[in-house]
Amino acid sequence: MRESEQLTIPPDSRPLEAQPKWRQDFPIDWPQDHYVSRRDFTKFLVLTSFAFVVGQLWIVVKNYLRQRRGAPPIQQIATVEQIPIGGALTFNYPQPHDSCVLVRAGQNNFVAYSQKCTHLSCAVVPQPEKGRFYCPCHEGVFDLNNGSPLAGPPRRPLPRILLEVRGSTIYATGVELTTI
Amino acid sequence: MRKRFTREQRLTIVYGVLCIVVIIVMLQLWLLMATMNAYLGGDQAVVLPGALASLVCFALNVGLLWYLYRMES
Repeated sequence: MRESEQLTIPPDSRPLEAQPKWRQDFPIDWPQDHYVSRRDFTKFLVLTSFAFVVGQLWIVVKNYLRQRRGAPPIQQIATVEQIPIGGALTFNYPQPHDSCVLVRAGQNNFVAYSQKCTHLSCAVVPQPEKGRFYCPCHEGVFDLNNGSPLAGPPRRPLPRILLEVRGSTIYATGVELTTI
Repeated sequence: MRKRFTREQRLTIVYGVLCIVVIIVMLQLWLLMATMNAYLGGDQAVVLPGALASLVCFALNVGLLWYLYRMES
């Protein structure tokens, strides 16, 4: 290695003799300092990269657990007479903490969706007269007929609850998730 | 015998490695967001390939960092 490479280079590149005394007493090797700081930043980014891998593996585990749970149970929600046309009813499905909303849009037209907004999980409000679900947190709007996002920040549709009407009783039979 | 680089050359190399690592990390961030969106939308097909792709990106980053430390020794 050349001798010049071993020297400490001040930031203004003038020789050490031309530098103030404090810098002569406490010289800083700037090229080496730059090198080490960038190398350490690279190391930090590699740690960030590891964190992303951990995140991906967490999704894999969650997906595996979801698959293992299997199909949700069939659950009775209400009777047809309980809900007037244009009315709504909240219920929990498939887990006790999963809030959903059932809307009677017409005489024989029932739709049900998860009540969690797909943006930040605020509770959506059914507005059957306007044909939509409304999220008051960030002005999100979903179509009443298919749950797809119409306005605001949400990008994914509301999870649809599959329904079955047997006689005069309405049952929830499953959950349908879609990305678009 | 391994070639030793001058400090100017090493600084250039670390800049190059840093640029590549930044691009890979941004790719991983996009991959994580896309996989999360697919998982929440019920699409299970991309979950495992996404994790494997992210793992490959991480291995690349580790390799580049290892090269930097090896260059110093």
